[in-house]
This record gives sequence, C-alpha cells and structure tokens, in this order.
Amino acid sequence: MNFSRRETFGLGLGAVALTMLPVGASAATVDELIAEFTGGADMADTGVTLTAPEIAENGNTVPISVEAPGASAIMVLATGNPTPPVGTFNFGPLAGSRSASTRIRLATTQDVVAIAKLEDGTFARTSAEIKVTIGGCGG
Amino acid sequence: MAEGVTPRVKVPKKAEAGEVITIKTLISHPMESGQRKDGDGNVIPRSIINRFTAEFNGESVIDVKMEPAMSTNPYFEFDATVPEAGDFKFTWYDDDGSVYEEVKSITVG
Amino acid sequence: MKFKAMTAVAALLVAAPMLGMADEEAELVVNGEIEMVTKTDAPAHLEGALPEIMSGWRFRSDETQQTQMDDFDNPGMIFVDQAQAVWDTAEGSEGKSCASCHNDVESMEGVRAVYPKWNEEAGEVRTLAMQINDCRETQMGAEPWKYDGSDMTAMEALISVQSRGMPVNVAIDGPAQSVWEQGKEMYYTRYGQLELSCANCHEDNYGNMIRADHLSQGQINGFPVYRLKNTKLNSSHARFKGCIRDTRAETFSPGSPEFVALELYVASRGNGLSVEAPSVRN
Repeated sequence: MNFSRRETFGLGLGAVALTMLPVGASAATVDELIAEFTGGADMADTGVTLTAPEIAENGNTVPISVEAPGASAIMVLATGNPTPPVGTFNFGPLAGSRSASTRIRLATTQDVVAIAKLEDGTFARTSAEIKVTIGGCGG
Repeated sequence: MAEGVTPRVKVPKKAEAGEVITIKTLISHPMESGQRKDGDGNVIPRSIINRFTAEFNGESVIDVKMEPAMSTNPYFEFDATVPEAGDFKFTWYDDDGSVYEEVKSITVG
Repeated sequence: MKFKAMTAVAALLVAAPMLGMADEEAELVVNGEIEMVTKTDAPAHLEGALPEIMSGWRFRSDETQQTQMDDFDNPGMIFVDQAQAVWDTAEGSEGKSCASCHNDVESMEGVRAVYPKWNEEAGEVRTLAMQINDCRETQMGAEPWKYDGSDMTAMEALISVQSRGMPVNVAIDGPAQSVWEQGKEMYYTRYGQLELSCANCHEDNYGNMIRADHLSQGQINGFPVYRLKNTKLNSSHARFKGCIRDTRAETFSPGSPEFVALELYVASRGNGLSVEAPSVRN
C-alpha cells in the first residue's frame, strides 16, 4: 500500500491527536460520579453486595443484582464503559427489600462498582470484576 | 415514540396483608446508547428509557434512574410490601418524552 | 498464505472444555411446570454419530440457563405477547386474522414439533415460516412477511410456545426424504475459506471452545431464539446464514431451498429433545 506524503502527514497528525487524549478519562469520571453521590463521605467496604457472573455469557446482556439492607439508594457504575453510569435504584416506603436485579451492557472486562447510600447517612461500596470476551464464532 | 414498546410484568394475583412479594418487569425497547454508528459512520443518537418507577396505591416502591449501560429490553426484579389490596402502577419514561404504563391489581386475604 | 483446513481448525479451537461455564447436570423446568427434555438418546438415523443429543441450553452459563426458567425472565416472551396481538388482528384484503380460521392460538399445539414437514397439496417441504406466509398470502390476502424479520420470528415463537415441552418429531422418510438427504449432505460439506462443515464443530467438537464461544451440538429445538448478543429473536435460517458466513463462504439466504433442506435435517438431529422456543442463548 502506497501512501502519498500528504496522507502520511495526515496519519501522523491523527496519531499525535490520539496520544494527546487524556488517558484514563473514564477513571476520572467514575471518581467524580462517586463523589457526587456520596458528597465525598467515606465508604465502608461491607454492607452492600453485588452479585454478577465471573465471566459474562455476552457483554451485551449481563445479569447483576445489588443488595444493601437499610439502603435508601444504590448506584451502579461500569468503570470500563465509555459512559460509566449504569443506574441508580431508589427504594421507596413500600420496597419489600433493599435489593434489585437487572441486566447491563459491558463494553469490556472491567470492575463494576455498587455504592449504597444507607438511611443513616453512611455509605458502603463494593465492586466485582466481570470478564467480557469478544471473538467467538457467533453467526 | 419508540415503536412497538410492549411491557410485560409479573405480579402475583393475591397476597397476605403485609406480605413481601417479588415483581419482575420487562419492556421491549432498543435502549439506543448513543455509542453506535450507522453505515455512514454517523453516531446514532442516544434514545433510551431513562427512568422506571413502581408505585402501589400511589406510594413509591422503587424509582430507578436508568443510564445507557442498561441492556436493550430492560429488565428489573425487585420486592414490594403489600399492605392492602390495590393497584401496582409501573411507569417507564422515554428520552423522547413518551411514557409507557402498566397497571396490575392485587387482592389481599 | 495457505492454511490446511486442519491447521485452521486447530488454530481456532482450544482442546480442553471450559469447566464451570455450564452446569451439565442441570435440568430445565419452565415456570415450575414445563419439564423440558434437554438430553436424551440420539435418534436412530444418526447411526452413532452422537452418543446422546443435548439442547443448546446445557451449554450456556448458569445465569443464561436461569433466564429461560421463568416466562417473566425470558425476554423472548415479550415478542410472543406482541405476536398474540397480531394473531387476533385482521390484515389483508380478506379482512381475516389468524384467529378467523385457527381460533385460539392453543389450536397450534403440536404444530411446531413436526415442522419442517412435507405439504402434500403444495408438493414441497415447508418450514413454519413458509406456511405462515402461505396463509397470509393465500387465505388473508396480506403481504408476506420478511422470512427472518421480527414479525415472522415473533409469530414463530408464539406458535412454538404451544408445543413447548413436546418432543421434536420431524418426519425424515416418505416424500420428505430426498430433501432430508440433501440437508444431510450439506451438514457434512465443508464450506468457505476455513473449510468447515457443520459437523466439524457441532458433531466433532461440541463442548469445546471455538475462540470465546462454548460450542453446542447446534440443535434447533430452541428456535426462534432470543440471543443476548443482539437482544432479539433469531430464526434458524438467520443462524445458518451467520455460521456459514463465519466459515468465510458465500452464504445462503433465509428461505432458500438449501436452508429449508438443512433445517429439516438439523431438526431431525434433535428428534426427542423438547421444543424450547423461545429459548435464550448467547
């Protein structure tokens, strides 16, 4: 394949532009999202559970459950997704338990984080690594 | 309005007063995340259901803020306390302003 | 660059089956009521090619298996609901709905279990989709549906639900025999740059991994299937098309005579497994 000099210069500029993008952009956003939810408060590492498969059958539809006794809300973040927010479960007065199950999309192998806001004003955090494979012979 | 949006909800027909029941909800919706591109390389704009609520006789059971990482055909399973006979109302709010609703009655005794 | 077929196959496969990806002893009971046969003796016509036959359900992860156990967990059922509304809705020049002739959809009990089958009047083997379109065009005066479109897969799923739990039992003799033989030949033919036949993967290597996928026996008792990968119902012809495309071959079209023959043959490899549709798979 022969590139003209113009094309090569353009490719080079593009490569430079890519390397100038902030690396770990989503990591910064995750911390910001957590800080917004907790107001910067400390998070205990017990009190909220996240149930998820170790290996997702398919990253497009991954079943997860969250539970936190005494929680008023639980926020879930997919730290490796281009946009990390997954959802926030707010429990009302008639919630039968402080738990919920849903199905989420994961772009790649990553940590999924669940943060619970408890009724007493404290917070709890947990995370689980979910492996997402791509490249089957899927038809 | 997204086309052909169909809810599907499992609520027991009856319960004891004060019993905790499990509810399952599904709704068909593409949940276009805003990450995909079309054949010409243009980004397909985000168009998702951004909120789901379940209420019983007007009181909140659960209120979910939904983001693009929720899968297509969103599914929720959660528990509700049933103090008396009445109606569960499930509401899904679409980015495009549409609102989808489903009501299920439950008797007690 | 030239690969010998076996090298290509070896490069794609990891010999050891993935442990812990699927519970091979689990049983499938839907809604606590419908007991599905997901493993049973191979039908006689296989002549020992498989020691036993197993539904694709057995090869999926625990979480995926569970999704099929309750009709309110199974996303495929949303489309069954949609098709139920269509069943009752008049369409076409004759002003009829499916219900006008067939009454309640429960009258379709047993139908899915024996399709594809020979249609004497038409003088051909018909798949469920072909029969649905024939009803639409001839009886209802309605436009035929796209063979593997969402209207069709939803209706196939609705009709399949009426046979859930019943054993697949397609006829391979009599007038259907030559089509069956044609399908069998296709199943054992190597296609594409990768020179892979259906049997190379689904008969010789089920239980192993092909790259990141856990290979099943390629049974179609669960079709139409809700695939997690595309979050919609998929027909068997759509799947055949994709599989053959993945061997890097010019693939066939849904509804083509080749795929009708292949569907009849592949269905017969599952004779004895329960109709599971709409199933949930990868």
